[in-house]
Amino acid sequence: MTAICPECEGNLKLDGVLAGEIVVCPDCGVDLEVTAVAPSVELSLAPQEAEDWGE
Amino acid sequence: MKIGVLLSRVRVEEKWLFEALDKRGVVYDRLDDREVQFDIANPGAWRDYAVVLERSLSYGRGLYATHILNSWGIPTVNTSAVAATCGDKLATTAALQAAGVPQPNVRVAFTPESALAAIEEIGYPVVLKPVIGSWGRLVSKVNDREAAEALLEHREVLGNYQQQIYYIQEYVRKPGRDIRAFVVGNETIAAIYRTSEHWITNTARGGVGTNCPVTPELNAICLAAAKAVGGGVLAIDLFEDPERGLTVNEVNHTMEFHSSVPATGVDIPGKVVEYTLAVALPDRPGSGVAAGVPA
Repeated sequence: MTAICPECEGNLKLDGVLAGEIVVCPDCGVDLEVTAVAPSVELSLAPQEAEDWGE
Repeated sequence: MKIGVLLSRVRVEEKWLFEALDKRGVVYDRLDDREVQFDIANPGAWRDYAVVLERSLSYGRGLYATHILNSWGIPTVNTSAVAATCGDKLATTAALQAAGVPQPNVRVAFTPESALAAIEEIGYPVVLKPVIGSWGRLVSKVNDREAAEALLEHREVLGNYQQQIYYIQEYVRKPGRDIRAFVVGNETIAAIYRTSEHWITNTARGGVGTNCPVTPELNAICLAAAKAVGGGVLAIDLFEDPERGLTVNEVNHTMEFHSSVPATGVDIPGKVVEYTLAVALPDRPGSGVAAGVPA
């Protein structure tokens, strides 16, 4: 499957990804979140790390 | 039985947990913490879950979600009480101290002036940490008075009031590494050394994980630390103090393990899933859904 980076409109080839997964655009390097996988892969800019994020 | 997995992102850890659930034929829902909501007076569909595995990246969301779920009698891994203790370094330190678990010396102060006095009583270098936070964020090694004054001034103007709770830990001259050990229930299932040329050894900050044997001594202190914070599925960070031996630095309640599985060969996600299933509510006879009350 392919998808378009919402930041730079670069093409991403994505196979076997899950909704909620983070991928990196190979063209501009931005973090992208997979928001849907069917019927097509959709991407949005990933949320920025928050102060209370961690393990 | 159906279980819920509360999450923010699907990391390698979550993928492995899903695989472990699928392998056991467990029915589960993925619950995005940006989308869930709770009617405090009406649990509704939440009662369908026999247990919720909490994997939020956000400490606040995980803490409050499990608080509500536990108030409804729905088990969570980990419990809200454990999250409250482990998510706050000061609460962790107090719990470890009450249980007599060895840890580095810590002082706490509430103003820059009293913090500076505490720092100088410990002696440089010290480590200044936010009480809330992870991945080594804003953890600062303070080498001298000038650095201390600058850091305390910066902390004073940061917006979050918790930045003005000054948690000061002695600097432990560890041997270029620390230990991360994984406790699931009553067992220390695996451990890694985290080695780095930097004094911060978190794998999130570039530390490299290699297998660490779980010795009886390591097992004993890890189980004591886990018990002190309430138990469950926990990652214990330890220092090898040259004089005092093993000391517990931190305890993490929503642990990452992507570098530890290949380093140790231990099926950590499988162990987490087995524990989660073990604390789940029993199925209500004939209904196929959780009873909604503690077992």
